[in-house]
Amino acid sequence: MNPDAIANVAMGLALAPLLFGVINRVKAVFAGRRGQPLLQPYFDVVKLLGKGAVYSRTTTWVFRAGPVVGLASALAALCVVPFGGERALIGFEGDLLLFAGLFGLMRFFTVCAALDTGSAFEGMGASREVQFSALAEPALLLGLAAAARRTGCMSLSGLFEEASGMDPAAALPVFSLAAMAVFIVFLCENARIPVDDPNTHLELTMIHEVMVLDHSGPDFAFITYGAAVKMWVLGALFAGLAVPFRTGIHWLDAALAVAFMFAVAAATGVVESTMARLRLLRVPHLLAGACALSAVAYVLLLR
Amino acid sequence: MIWRKARNCEAVPLAELEPAGFEEFREAVAAGVRAGFRISALFGCPERRLGGEEGRIRIFAALTDDFSGLVLLACSSVRESFQSLTPDCPQAHMFEREIHEQWGPRPEGHPWLKPVRFHDSYEGGRKSPEVGCADFFRIHGEEVHEVAVGPVHAGIIEPGHFRFQCHGENVHHLEISLGYQHRGVERALAGGPDRRTIHLMETLAGDTTAGHAAAYCQALEALAGRTAPPAALSLRGIALELERMANHTGDLGALANDVGYLPTASFCGRLRGDFLNMTALLCGNRFGRGLVAPFGSSFGLDGRMAADLTRRLDSTFKDVENAAGLLWDTSSVMSRFEGTGRISTEACLDLGIVGPAARASGVDRDVRRDFPSGVFRFVQIPVSTWETGDVFGRAIVRWLEIRRSAEFVRRVAASMPAGDRVAASAPALAPSAIAVSLVEGWRGEICHAAVTDRAGKFAVYKVVDPSFHNWFGLAMALRGQQISDFPLCNKSFNLSYCGHDL
Repeated sequence: MNPDAIANVAMGLALAPLLFGVINRVKAVFAGRRGQPLLQPYFDVVKLLGKGAVYSRTTTWVFRAGPVVGLASALAALCVVPFGGERALIGFEGDLLLFAGLFGLMRFFTVCAALDTGSAFEGMGASREVQFSALAEPALLLGLAAAARRTGCMSLSGLFEEASGMDPAAALPVFSLAAMAVFIVFLCENARIPVDDPNTHLELTMIHEVMVLDHSGPDFAFITYGAAVKMWVLGALFAGLAVPFRTGIHWLDAALAVAFMFAVAAATGVVESTMARLRLLRVPHLLAGACALSAVAYVLLLR
Repeated sequence: MIWRKARNCEAVPLAELEPAGFEEFREAVAAGVRAGFRISALFGCPERRLGGEEGRIRIFAALTDDFSGLVLLACSSVRESFQSLTPDCPQAHMFEREIHEQWGPRPEGHPWLKPVRFHDSYEGGRKSPEVGCADFFRIHGEEVHEVAVGPVHAGIIEPGHFRFQCHGENVHHLEISLGYQHRGVERALAGGPDRRTIHLMETLAGDTTAGHAAAYCQALEALAGRTAPPAALSLRGIALELERMANHTGDLGALANDVGYLPTASFCGRLRGDFLNMTALLCGNRFGRGLVAPFGSSFGLDGRMAADLTRRLDSTFKDVENAAGLLWDTSSVMSRFEGTGRISTEACLDLGIVGPAARASGVDRDVRRDFPSGVFRFVQIPVSTWETGDVFGRAIVRWLEIRRSAEFVRRVAASMPAGDRVAASAPALAPSAIAVSLVEGWRGEICHAAVTDRAGKFAVYKVVDPSFHNWFGLAMALRGQQISDFPLCNKSFNLSYCGHDL
C-alpha cells in the first residue's frame, strides 16, 4: 500500500463536501448574499446521520440498498482515481472501464430505488436520469479511450503518469478535448446547471433531486455525502486530463491539484450564476456535444 | 333588446332590469359573446332576497364591450335547471359550474359540470363531495401516464391540485382542481356592507389588496351615488400601480428563479420589497391594507412624502431596469422563455382571458383604458401588448407595464389634488339596484358586482378575480408542452388560488 495514495483518499473523503460549500458561496456572492457557512454541507451530513429514516410501506430492500450502493460505488471510484501526480490506491490495466462502470452501478441502484417508490415524480426523474446518462457515458468512455490510446495505458494511474512525461505538443490536443468533454459530463453527473438545478423545489423540473425525495435521515446523508465524493472523483479526473503535467515535487503537486479542484468548484458556481438551466429537450444536445468532443479527440489519433 | 347599457361603476335600479325569458337571455348572451363582448360576471341571486318568488334564482349577466367601454347588463330567472350556455360560449363554463354549486339550478347540457370550490350549496342543502374528489379527464393508452401534483407542494405556495395526462415528457392535457382555499367570503358579504366588509375585501387575495379594495369602494360609491374626493382617487391610483409594479417585479424574479438564473432572481426579490415599502410609506402597511376606504382614503400624501416616494421610485426603477435587462440579454434565459407555454389569440378571446396574460397574446384589453374609473379618467396609461403569447410575452408585458406604471406614479404624485381625503357624508346605498365595478388589478380585470335588496343591503356580492378567468388559460398553455416547463408556465401566469377559491 502506498501511503501517499492512502493520504489522497483520506483527503478526498475529508474535503469532498467542501466543494459544495465553495459552489454555494460563489453563487451567494453572485446573488449579492452572504451565503451559508462554507462548512454547511458537513453540518447537513452530521445532522442527517443523527435522524431517523422513514420508509414507505410500498418500498422493498431495493429502496434501502440504493443509498448504500451509491455511496460504496463513489468510495470505490475514489480509490481508483489518481490524484495530484500520485498513483491511485487501486490500479490495474483496464481500471478505467471499472471507473466508468462504478458510476453506472451507482446510477442503476439510485434509479431502481426511485422506481421502487412507485411515485410518478420519481419515475419521471429516473427516466430523465437514464436518458441523459445514456449520452453522458459514451462521452466519458470515448474521452478516456482517446487518452488511453494517446498514452498506451489502460489504467488511469498509468495514463496520467505517462502523460506527465510526454511532450506537451503531443499530449495537449487530445487531453484538452477530452477534458472539455469530461467537464460537461462532470456538470451532468453532478446534477448542476445547465443540466439540472440542485436548488429548485419544483418536482416537475428536477432530475437527480426528485429521485431521492423519499429518502430521509442516514440514507439521505449517504446520498449527500456520496454526491460530494462523486463530485470530487470526477473533478479529480477532470483535473488530471486538463493539467496532465507535474512538477515532480510531491507536496507541490498535491497542493496544486487541491487548488485546481476548488477552482473547478468555483467555476461551476460561476456557470450556475451566469446562465439559466437548459430546457430539458436541449440537454441531449449538450451531451451530444460532449460526445463529439471526445470523438474528435479520438479521431485526432487515427492518422 | 334585453340589455341595459351602463358605464363602469354606474348603479342601475333593478326596476330597469326586468328579468327576460331564459331562452331570450341565453340567446342574447351568446350573441353578445359572438359579437366580441366578454362575460365579466354571470352569477345567481335567490329571488327571495330581491322580493321575488321563493325557490327561484335570478341570473345576472354582465358583459363588457372593450370598444365602447360599456357594461351590458341583463337578467333572467330560473328554477331547477336551465339550458347551458357553455356549448355556445366557452367563457361561461366556469360561471355556470359556479351557479350550480352555489345555488343549485342545473345547467342542462353543460359538458363538464364539476364542482368549482367543493362547498355545500348556499341554498337547497346540496352536499359537496370531499374537496378534490371529482371526475378527472383521462387519456387511455399503453404509454400514457398520469402525474398528479399537489394540493401540498414542495414550495411555500398555496394549495391546488394539478393532473397531467402525459405521454413521456409531453403533456396532452392538464386539469386544475382548486377549492382548497375556500373561505366562504361571498356568503359572508351578503347582508353587508358592514364594518368588516372592507377587511374581507382586502384579504380576498392578499397580493391584490389595493385592487379588490378599490373595486369594492367604487361599487359602494356607485350605489350610494357619492364619489370619493379627487385626492383619494389619485391615491388609489398610486396604490394600484405600486401593487402592480411590486408584483410584476416579483414575477420577473420568480421566472428567473424557475429557470435557475440567479442574478435577476435575487435582485427582483429585493426590489419587490422596495416597492412594497413604498406602499408602506403611504399607509404603514406593505400590502396597502387600510389605505383604500369607502368614500375616500384613510391616508393622505403631502408634498414631502410625494417627493420621497418619487425619489425612492426613481432609484428602485433603475435597479429593476438593470435586473430585467439581464433577462433579455441572457441567451440561455431567452431560450427557455421563447416559445414556451404559448396560448393563441383565439384561445384568449374564446376563454375570456384577462390582464397581462391576454395582452401578451396580442389581445388589446385593459380596464384602465377601456373602462376608466377614478384617476385613470384623467391620467391615461398606454396599453402594453405583445404578440407571441409565450412565457417571454408574459414576461416582457410585465416589464413594459412596470415602465408605464412608474411613469404614471411620477405624474400623479407630482400633481396630487388638494382637498379632503374623505367625502363629507356617506349616504345609504340605493335599494334594489345593481352596480358593476371594474378595476385593472395587476393580474387583470377585477369585477365586483353588488346587488342590493329592498333594504339597501347586499342581496349578493359577486367577486370575479382575474384568476377565475385565467386558470383555464394556464391549462390550455400547457397543451403540447413539456411537463418540466409547467412551473415556468405557471409562474408566468402567477394566478391566485385564494382569489379563485374566495
